[in-house]
Amino acid sequence: MSTFLTGWLSAEAPVLIVVLPLVMAAFCAVMPKDKIAWIITLITTLICAVLAFDIVLQVQSAGVLSYALGGWDPPFGIEYRIDGLNAPVVLLISAIGVICTLYALRSTDAEIEPKKRAPFYAAFLVAFAGLLGMVVTGDAFNVFVFLEVSSISTYVLVAMGASRDRRALNSAYNYLILGSIGATFFVIGVGFLYMETGTLNMMDMADQLAVTADGSRVAQLAFAFIVVGLGLKLAMFPLHLWLPGAYAYAPTAITAFLAATATKAALYLLLRFVFTVFDPSLAFIGATLTWLLAVLGVVGMFVASFQAIFQTDARRVLAYSSVAQIGYILLGVGMGTTLGVSAGYVHLINHGIIKGALFLALGAFWYRYGIKRVSDFNGLGKLMPWTMSAFTIAALALIGIPGTAGFVSKFQLLTAAADNGWWWAVGAVVVTSILAVIYMGRMLEAAWLQPAPLVNGKPVASREAPWPMMVGLWVLAIASLVFGIMPAWPLELASGAAQVMLGGGL
Amino acid sequence: MNSHIILRVVGKFLIPLIIIFGLYVHFHGDFGPGGGFQAGVIVAAGVILYALLFGLKACKQAVPPSWIRIGMTVGVLFYVGTGLVTWMLGGKFLDFDVLHPATDHPLGQHIGIIFVELGVLFTVATVMVAIFYAFGSRQPQIMDDEKDF
Repeated sequence: MSTFLTGWLSAEAPVLIVVLPLVMAAFCAVMPKDKIAWIITLITTLICAVLAFDIVLQVQSAGVLSYALGGWDPPFGIEYRIDGLNAPVVLLISAIGVICTLYALRSTDAEIEPKKRAPFYAAFLVAFAGLLGMVVTGDAFNVFVFLEVSSISTYVLVAMGASRDRRALNSAYNYLILGSIGATFFVIGVGFLYMETGTLNMMDMADQLAVTADGSRVAQLAFAFIVVGLGLKLAMFPLHLWLPGAYAYAPTAITAFLAATATKAALYLLLRFVFTVFDPSLAFIGATLTWLLAVLGVVGMFVASFQAIFQTDARRVLAYSSVAQIGYILLGVGMGTTLGVSAGYVHLINHGIIKGALFLALGAFWYRYGIKRVSDFNGLGKLMPWTMSAFTIAALALIGIPGTAGFVSKFQLLTAAADNGWWWAVGAVVVTSILAVIYMGRMLEAAWLQPAPLVNGKPVASREAPWPMMVGLWVLAIASLVFGIMPAWPLELASGAAQVMLGGGL
Repeated sequence: MNSHIILRVVGKFLIPLIIIFGLYVHFHGDFGPGGGFQAGVIVAAGVILYALLFGLKACKQAVPPSWIRIGMTVGVLFYVGTGLVTWMLGGKFLDFDVLHPATDHPLGQHIGIIFVELGVLFTVATVMVAIFYAFGSRQPQIMDDEKDF
């Protein structure tokens, strides 16, 4: 087994990665000084990232990691199960966690009241642990628990944007209502699955469903509830209404964290349920994939891209763009072929990286100049050249310029669509990419080609973003370039994930 | 001030009993219905009853909000602490069998679950009181346009 940690650490890594942030969150909550809470958070997320990297290596050599919690063997006890499908998501979440913590050092100074900062880091760690938990667990009910753990702390985090903009409270409330409906639908679905199979372990569920339920009514109902519930969580097109508000008014570090991880974890769960718990070769699953996920994905790509063009707030532009990008992922998944699913999966990873970078850069613009609106971007290229360069790289990646990560995943998606004979989907991807050129181009044009505004007849002084913000931003920007030029590693991870989902068949 | 004298006197008798009953529910959770969550709610109900009878200010003197925040944390640490102890004793996370060497009877499981539930008791009781404090000490907001009335 290839691992660089000692035997105990690597053996307990699947559970340690969830327990550690939970414990540290409890410590952070009572820390009197916010800087100590920040240091604890940074160290915790760093350790989790190291563990996640080790987990990915272990999965690549061993295939599946299974951990029986409390010594109760699955399917009776709770099993933490990591395979090719969830290991990359674990790594994505913990890496973004480190970057956002580093970034939060300066951004919270500007956004959060001093006495709320230590609880802010505690809530952040709880959300972090919840997201990791829902990804690593192999138990359907445990997924619900962690879904709620991450969601409730996320509502709090979004609401903490209120000291900057009171509309954050409204957005957090919207998110709370819709998120709770989503979680309720999900748990109703899990309840039906339990009724049908008598088990909560996902692998055992899959075995039972394969034997007993050849598309039985209860299983169909469970599937419908789970798809709608997770659809709300992952902002599938008509269920995305909570997303723009939550992204636009949350603290900047949290927006980047949510955009890069929260919807991605829910997407992972959708893949897990559709492809491994249920059997995608069943007629009703196939119909859902083609007529629901793919069609809604394409409609979402168009509608959300158009909405993004007409937004004035830069964060809302990117929020609608996120909905459109989720459409790409759903389109790939909806094809149900190995190529399509792995294209969707690689876009899941790439989009997490790209959107994380974009939101971090927007936060830096706000931090230095208070810029929120696209129309205020004039001359930013001269005022913050390094930050704007990173933003530009990520924007080009979002559009899908060759040599960036976005191109790799879009090219995969086009190949898969053509291979599947879905030429309309090829057209849709190309047209919506042009829409992306319009909404990102507006910002880039203003930033690089327009002169900087004059204040009292003098040009505004150039002020770069502080280094903790810059480091994370550039790591993500460089990652989106590296994964574009040398896409071997993400593609290998994606094909590993597709193998888990479709068993190498189809 | 003294209009609730009967309630207050009876309350003074009842509150210790409520808390003892909470502990009973907690320790009985091993053998029958009960456990840390229910026990925590009962203990919190005792505190809330005190606040209702003697006022929020007196209650905050008896159970300061700063303790509440620490209580929540202590509960979580108790729960996770059992897991850490099983790790140190060489078992898996939350594998309570390693807590006691008895093999004929799962005594380790008993010990482990009592401590886990103790953590749940702490957190549930303090969170309930924290929610009560948060609602109870909320000041009615005065809007700018209502100042003139």
